[in-house]
Amino acid sequence: MAQFTININGASHQIDVAADTPMLWVLRDHIKLVGTKYGCGIGECGACTIHVDGVATRACSLPISVVGDSKITTIEGLSENNDHPVQKAWIEHDVPQCGYCQSGQIMNAAALLEQNPSPSDTEIDTAMNGNICRCGTYTRVKKAIKTASSQG
Amino acid sequence: MTFFKTNYNRRSFLKSSAAAGGGMLLGFSWLASCTPTDEQLAQIPEEWFNINAFLKIGDNGIVTIMSPNPEIGQNVKTAMPMIVAEELDVDWSNVVVEQAGLDTAKYKRQLAGGSQSIRQGWQSLRMAGATARRMLLEAAAKEWNVPVAELTTSKGIISHPSGKTAGYGDMASAAAQVPVPEGIELKDTKDFKIIGTPTKNVDGPKITKGEPLFGLDYQKEGMLIAMIVHPPSFGMKLKSFDDTTARAMPGIKDIFTIDSLPEGVESQWSDVNAFPQLVAVVGNSTWEVMKAKKALIVEWEVNTKGENTVEYKKGLTKLIEKSAEEPARKDGSPEEAFKNASKIIEKTYSAPFIAHNTMEPMNFFAHVSADKAELAGPVQTPEYLSKTVSNVLGLPEEKISIMMTRMGGGFGRRLYGHFGVEAAVISKKANAPVKLIYTREDDMTQGTYRPAYEVKYSAALDENNNLTGFKVNGAGIHESPVFENRFPAGTVNNYVADKHTLDSNISTGAWRAPRSNFIACAEQSFLDEVAEAAGKDPIEFRLELFNNAIANPVGEDNDYDAERYAGVLKLVKEKSNWGTKREGVYSGVSAYYCHNSYVAQIIDLVMENGQPKVQKVWCAIDCGIVVNPEGALNQIEGGIIDGIGHAMYSNMTFTDGVPDQNNFNNYRLIRHKEAPVEIESFFVKSDIDPTGLGEPSLPPVAAALSNAIYAATGTRVTQQPFVDNVNLDKSTL
Repeated sequence: MAQFTININGASHQIDVAADTPMLWVLRDHIKLVGTKYGCGIGECGACTIHVDGVATRACSLPISVVGDSKITTIEGLSENNDHPVQKAWIEHDVPQCGYCQSGQIMNAAALLEQNPSPSDTEIDTAMNGNICRCGTYTRVKKAIKTASSQG
Repeated sequence: MTFFKTNYNRRSFLKSSAAAGGGMLLGFSWLASCTPTDEQLAQIPEEWFNINAFLKIGDNGIVTIMSPNPEIGQNVKTAMPMIVAEELDVDWSNVVVEQAGLDTAKYKRQLAGGSQSIRQGWQSLRMAGATARRMLLEAAAKEWNVPVAELTTSKGIISHPSGKTAGYGDMASAAAQVPVPEGIELKDTKDFKIIGTPTKNVDGPKITKGEPLFGLDYQKEGMLIAMIVHPPSFGMKLKSFDDTTARAMPGIKDIFTIDSLPEGVESQWSDVNAFPQLVAVVGNSTWEVMKAKKALIVEWEVNTKGENTVEYKKGLTKLIEKSAEEPARKDGSPEEAFKNASKIIEKTYSAPFIAHNTMEPMNFFAHVSADKAELAGPVQTPEYLSKTVSNVLGLPEEKISIMMTRMGGGFGRRLYGHFGVEAAVISKKANAPVKLIYTREDDMTQGTYRPAYEVKYSAALDENNNLTGFKVNGAGIHESPVFENRFPAGTVNNYVADKHTLDSNISTGAWRAPRSNFIACAEQSFLDEVAEAAGKDPIEFRLELFNNAIANPVGEDNDYDAERYAGVLKLVKEKSNWGTKREGVYSGVSAYYCHNSYVAQIIDLVMENGQPKVQKVWCAIDCGIVVNPEGALNQIEGGIIDGIGHAMYSNMTFTDGVPDQNNFNNYRLIRHKEAPVEIESFFVKSDIDPTGLGEPSLPPVAAALSNAIYAATGTRVTQQPFVDNVNLDKSTL
């Protein structure tokens, strides 16, 4: 076990865990922020996507020991009032079915728009390809990203 | 209006606050589980009045409607309360929806499966709303001393021609004392205001904020994390294990074996489980338990022989080489028809095992103490889980409570609630509240797969290219995929259906649109081929067959309505570009009936780097009255993408009983790039009570795709996954 101080959603947290503990489980088990989801544990599905200094990152494959001073944002910290353009667009297009993968989809989409405010269809496909939705909401995800992009 | 006799027992109308909903028991109410928004806080009434099992009304007019059935993403948590709200005649913006827990005394069929929640709940949900409205009216009539018949309602306001008005909140207290009416009038469908209006998912804003809604998110004070280790191979069982290293690892509380289905315990259909004997690891946190699990040294022994994909495929092929001892159905003389045919078309189709792969892996919370068991988690069959937990623990069912959390997908996987039983057994043994979590690998290699299937079709055409004979002969692991009384049965004079099953130690279960998810693709691909051999347009050919069934149906057991079937085909043809030639664009059509609904689809695709890229899917559906068009469209789109994805890419294979795939790096699911560019759906206008919607859009789409692939490449793809069986680019991403 080791002591880590990490910045999550603007707040500093002291965590005492093994150095190889992935951020996914630090968030879910220790900080009780469960919006970040477990889907595969090997970085293949995108359900656990968070932002590390603004960059979309798979929390299941990110050990706490490498986080350092980086600023971590989770779905809970994306906006104060559920009003990030991506969240608003997701509600407008009624994207979720089961909803389990959507935190990851939203975090990935938000990071995409931060880097590329008006992505083309192909750029959206490429950026979102690592996020699996088993319910098949892909066409709505794309529509919502386009709406968020124009609101951006 | 139509008058219906209410069929509630008194229990359904409990007026004590104890009836406020099972959700309260485990802290999963809308206020307790999530941070309420300012808007919600402003809505909280001073006092709630329980009118019946489905709804309570606040003194300020806010209505809480209980959603009785498990929510797996099929949107019943929005649609079912909409039906109650419609008959109650309340403003939807004043409705708060709460998930009910398992309560068989109050609710019927709390199950998610067979696309039946809305269809089977329709009448009781309407009556719950209508009786509550009637009780409010009677309370107002008494207070104002006027006849009930003179009162009207609109959006939660009761009005009398004299100018008197009152909100439902004002009358709720008195209404709760009114006797339950013995009969009730329901609205005419033309007066529906909420039903038929596109309505957003009630959990949408909670999902976009990442609030704790799912089983995996469930937390309780003092809760431990549990994981299981199951045999690596179907046919193997536990021999022994060495936990010396694992037990000494940080955070580990206990390691032991469990038997979730001990011999002698009465089992039910939902108790499908290839691995009831497991090693359980219990500890403080998920990562610690995951690490200890890897450090366990487990010895397994062969119980029954592990199977190989090549072998069971051969077994299926052998079965369909011959007729069944007794055909499942036979009309006329197929032998004669084939003997006299001028053309015979034959083709065999197959599909592999596939896993459900809900994005949220199997998990469940359980807290078992000496005299009771509290469970919470994602399960499609809570009533069955309760029964098995009762049998296994030896606790009466009234001592067991089950709260349904929102589910990260179901697709049939969570009909089989062994993970809930395992959680209960582990909790009892560990003497602590535990949340059992499967890793993705545990989940994907556990079984209850969609079975592997193979089917052979034969068609006989006469010299005028009329279909004179038809044979279907299908085999599958544990079940045949053939529905003997479905189309084209009834349209052809000489018909035979044969069914075979192959035993296996690989466990199988219902997977979204069971059997249909394969047979629709085979049947509709084959009919395309027959239409081509007959020199007919594929849609005209099918319509010709439906005309036979309308004018002169063969046999009496046909389980479809040929006019409605033809109706969706005509509608999809009209809405699409069918028949117009466009350079580089290829089309395929398909139609199918299941879960009481009719679907026809047309796909347009282009070929890009040797891969089909679906440009557009047109879908026509006849599913009776559409309760929530927004959610309905979402289900249709999801079913289409799911159907295309699994037919194209997904495959579960086995080597000596060991699954060759165990995570998303080697098991392929459809991804963003591969999804259709556009989907457009059309509902047949209907006054028929609602029918299934969660499954029917999935089965036919694979055939629309395979028929379009044929149009583009000249290759008939007969084996799933398509990506392995035509000359397509096999890159994984």
